[in-house]
Amino acid sequence: MTTPGAEAPRTTSPTRLIGTLGGFGALAGLLIVAVFTATEPRIRANKAAALAAAIGEVLGAPDRYDTLYVTDGGLAAELPAGVAPDQAEAVYLGWRGDRPVGFAVLAEGPGFQDDIRLIFGFDAQSARLLGMTVLESKETPGLGDKIIKDSSFVSQFTVAVAPLEGVKDTRATGGPSEIVFITGATISSRAVVRAINATLERVGPLLADYRPGA
Amino acid sequence: MSELLWIFVSAAVVNNFTLALFLGLCPFLGVSAKVETGLRMGAANIFVMVVTAIAVWFLNTLVLDAAPYLRIIAFIVVIASLVQIVEMAVKKLSPALFRALGIYLPLITTNCAILGLAIFQTNRGYGLLEGLAFALGAGAGLTLALVLMASIRETLEVADVPAFARNMGLVLIIAGALSLAFMGFAGLFSSA
Amino acid sequence: MTPARRPAPSQELVKGVWRENPVLVQLLGLCPALAVTNTVVNSLAMSAATFFVLLGSSILVSTVKRIVPTEVRISTYILIIATFVTIADMLLEALVPVTHKDLGAFVALIVVNCMILGRQEAFASKNTVGRAALDAIGTGIGFTIALTMLGAIRELLGNGTLLGYSVLGPNFEPWVIMVLPPGGFLALGCLLLLFSWISKRKAERRDGQALPIVPAREAA
Repeated sequence: MTTPGAEAPRTTSPTRLIGTLGGFGALAGLLIVAVFTATEPRIRANKAAALAAAIGEVLGAPDRYDTLYVTDGGLAAELPAGVAPDQAEAVYLGWRGDRPVGFAVLAEGPGFQDDIRLIFGFDAQSARLLGMTVLESKETPGLGDKIIKDSSFVSQFTVAVAPLEGVKDTRATGGPSEIVFITGATISSRAVVRAINATLERVGPLLADYRPGA
Repeated sequence: MSELLWIFVSAAVVNNFTLALFLGLCPFLGVSAKVETGLRMGAANIFVMVVTAIAVWFLNTLVLDAAPYLRIIAFIVVIASLVQIVEMAVKKLSPALFRALGIYLPLITTNCAILGLAIFQTNRGYGLLEGLAFALGAGAGLTLALVLMASIRETLEVADVPAFARNMGLVLIIAGALSLAFMGFAGLFSSA
Repeated sequence: MTPARRPAPSQELVKGVWRENPVLVQLLGLCPALAVTNTVVNSLAMSAATFFVLLGSSILVSTVKRIVPTEVRISTYILIIATFVTIADMLLEALVPVTHKDLGAFVALIVVNCMILGRQEAFASKNTVGRAALDAIGTGIGFTIALTMLGAIRELLGNGTLLGYSVLGPNFEPWVIMVLPPGGFLALGCLLLLFSWISKRKAERRDGQALPIVPAREAA
């Protein structure tokens, strides 16, 4: 049983205060670094596996892929000096045996609700798309998210020729660059087309000029 | 410029912090009984958010590249200290403003909206200007939601509501209606 | 002078589950409760992460309560909570990356979940490690129950599935709104109204007459 208020008020010395906070801060830092070193390899492996799966999907399961970094002068196999790995823009060149299959390129752009992130496969020599997978989207479930699930929409990206032309299905003429929007999800569909076109406008020439092993 | 405008409008109405992202619910439910208190809380929030956005940009650019796993701790420590400092500064520079804001300032520390702002700003890699636009938009959106809810609740006070329903359940259902209304803002910029 | 009777340890555990349920009664921790309950899997993952942080920090706070000066106790508690949250975040990212992406920033937001800081300040800092642990477990279970209920309602009505398995059959037209933000507000609001109505009926039956219900405490 304790009698409330029986203790005389004590003022704690500043050293004690700072010492306590500092001590806990150090302990916190130690714990976090320990868990970080334990989990980081697994986290990196997960991310690499997810990327490899996405590349496999849009390039039709290549055997392996090279990571190439986009620089002003062209595509480089090495990271440009002074740029952190997650800041550099990368494209991925897939190989089957000793034949290059095509590039896997990341793109993103604003959709209906928020930004959409996707990856698409691209054959630079024929300017033809090889596939498209949406990586991240917050589009409306059941409507906008059909860009992920609607296989007839997604399969258009395995044959279309860049630059893409998006059209509503009432105006479709069947041209080789046409992508027909999903009815009821026009804005999300258009966002996908725009993101791909914008990215190709920027890096397309670099992809076309790239000679492997040069 | 239109990029900044998109960030501002998106944070304010399209992805409203309270009604779409569920941040800042403690003040939203607790302080929204009267329009005036709602406005004050909103104003305090905008202030702290702008200051936080700047501090977070500093942290991200100068310090945290080397140790990303210390992010959460660094943010919360900075936010708690910032709120303390802002409180002391306001008290010294403008006692009238300090009295007007009252107890709302210290309450902001555990407000998930501030930490949420810091985290989103970091994840999206915003620079200083974009971070500021984001903070202003988020704060404006928060205030908007607060004031809307407050004006509805003021009217509810004198409405014929059954006794068992006069509680947070009703406020949450109204929030649901508001959130539904705000969904209409989606796609605001996309037809361009 | 009669000494104050300490509640039995089992009481510490049980009170957090229902009578003082953190979400449904005290209305704490609503941000995660509404944001990530669009599927049952996400609800369970968020509950697990919060449980881990709550239990870990309650035990640690109770262990060090005597050496932490009063002036810096809140800062210390926040530091402890933030450490556990960072650890939980890294563990989730390593073990269940897809769910971690779904939960997004809300794992980090566990730090400002007023429920956790509230338990440290109100209970863990003033009780033995054992009792603090029981209190944390009870609160964690209550939190899990509330979130899972919400998650089940929203996933079932908004998607026709539970835990990813189709329950309502292919002809069910999902109420998409329930997995969107308004659905979170509506689901929790209706739950609260339901409980309020039930307790009113209980009180009426017990006392044989209609009683006015005191409005729930507004969260400060």
